[in-house]
Amino acid sequence: MDGNATLPALAVERLSVALSGRTILDHVGFSLAPGSFCGLIGANGSGKTTLLRSILGLVTPSGGTIRCAGGKPGQAIGYVPQKIQFDPFMPLRARDVVGLGLDGHRFGIPLPNAARRARVAAMLAAVDAERFADQRVGDLSGGQQQRVMIAHALIRAPKLLLLDEPLANLDLRSIAEVVGLLHRLTEKQGITVLLSAHDMNPLLPVMDQIVYLAHGRAVSGTVADVVRGGVLSQLYGYHIDVIRVHGRVLVVAAGGVEAQDGSLLCDPVHVAPIP
Amino acid sequence: MVLSDFLSVLAGFWQNGPVQVALAVGGGAALVSAVVGVFTVLRGQAFAGHALADVSSAGGSASLLLGLRPLVGFFAMAALAAGGMEALGARAVRERDLVTGIVLGAGLGLTALFLYFDMTSTATTGAAVSVMFGSMFALAPGTVTLALGVAALALAASAALYRPLLLIALDPDLATIRGVRVRAVGFAHVVVLAMAVSLSAMTIGAILSTALLIGPAACGLRLARRTGTAIAIAAGLGLLATWGGIFLAYDSFYWTPGHGWPVSFFVVAIIVGAYALTGLRGRAG
Repeated sequence: MDGNATLPALAVERLSVALSGRTILDHVGFSLAPGSFCGLIGANGSGKTTLLRSILGLVTPSGGTIRCAGGKPGQAIGYVPQKIQFDPFMPLRARDVVGLGLDGHRFGIPLPNAARRARVAAMLAAVDAERFADQRVGDLSGGQQQRVMIAHALIRAPKLLLLDEPLANLDLRSIAEVVGLLHRLTEKQGITVLLSAHDMNPLLPVMDQIVYLAHGRAVSGTVADVVRGGVLSQLYGYHIDVIRVHGRVLVVAAGGVEAQDGSLLCDPVHVAPIP
Repeated sequence: MVLSDFLSVLAGFWQNGPVQVALAVGGGAALVSAVVGVFTVLRGQAFAGHALADVSSAGGSASLLLGLRPLVGFFAMAALAAGGMEALGARAVRERDLVTGIVLGAGLGLTALFLYFDMTSTATTGAAVSVMFGSMFALAPGTVTLALGVAALALAASAALYRPLLLIALDPDLATIRGVRVRAVGFAHVVVLAMAVSLSAMTIGAILSTALLIGPAACGLRLARRTGTAIAIAAGLGLLATWGGIFLAYDSFYWTPGHGWPVSFFVVAIIVGAYALTGLRGRAG
């Protein structure tokens, strides 16, 4: 986690993004050490997706820089988008989805090729998806689909993997499986993972670093450094308590604070309601 | 006795000139529609496909006035509509449906005008039926080369777009990151779609071309786990329906002496029957 010792896998500096006149990200900065597992934590609407899309080049920033070790997004960055709604009639097996990760951008029909087949099979094994590799992807469970999409994102061996809310709508067991899989990938293959979530708790055992977003601004560092009442109060701009109970973290706002736009400034998941 | 009757009908069938033209052009149209249809359904563009076909009828009816080949008229108008829909550039689904509906209405309005002129100026009362519901046995023999050429071009283009279209169907952002020009690929597919509906407008009619585009593709997508299998099932069913329909229509001259039944009716009947059957079956490879 000593980010100064080596070139960071990702360095974001003073990144600002405005979409249709509204400021979504405001001078966001952080860097990720190679091989680290980083949680991008924030409430819905805090700018997590916009940040990931900026890193991928899908959104043009209004200011700041993004530097990624290894070059262009398609090559150096793997991406798992927010919950894909697989059409139940999508005529693709899990195996085919992974294959599209390899050469889906090329023109023409893929010809039978032993090397390609082996590479897809190895990737399916790496995410423990062999058992359902020949099922239609639309028929798989949410957790299985996430593993297939992770394989799709990783088959070209990127150094950095971005995942947008991959744990949303998963049951507890699937969450543990996906988090465990991603942790193994960072440990064994040195992949840097940046994963967005509105609940940090499932990530606490594996997270090396946290980027906490609120109102388009960010603080980053280790969980111990960032997830503290004083730090988060400054980020949110009003009093925040951090409560640790049974190994879980609760971030609690001091009741009913409203933002200027009228929305409640409480994260609905990890902010406990205060009567 | 029955068998020898059947064989003599079949012998006449193969040697009949209009039948040979119908089998060739109809087969090409069926094949292209089935392949293009699979991607059209995956992209949620069934309505756009139908709109292009309806608009193409304006070109088909105008070509009768101008003495052009019908295929040229059908395609020119469908391609114009495809470009128009792209230029209006609606992104949201609801907006897209709206633009499609407006383009469709405009096209059919022109069709009404041209068909009226067709009927009043050249006294071909059959023009309306032939443009809207097809004229499989009245295809000009000179059309075969052009039609099969367009079909081959459409199939080649679909093969080229195969993987990018699938990646976009999976997620457009994933495709963009990988350097796929999502909008250009989408537009290329709509042009291929215009070729497909022009071919089937010429054979089973502008209105019914949707049946040939969507029906076999829907059956393939219901049954198959893989894209290639879905396309193969759709292509097989499209050919079966078209060739079967041509044979039944030819045979129907003997059922009701004096007048036969239209090919388009049989083609659609076979497709609808097959779709109903696929509801009962599980999935193939």
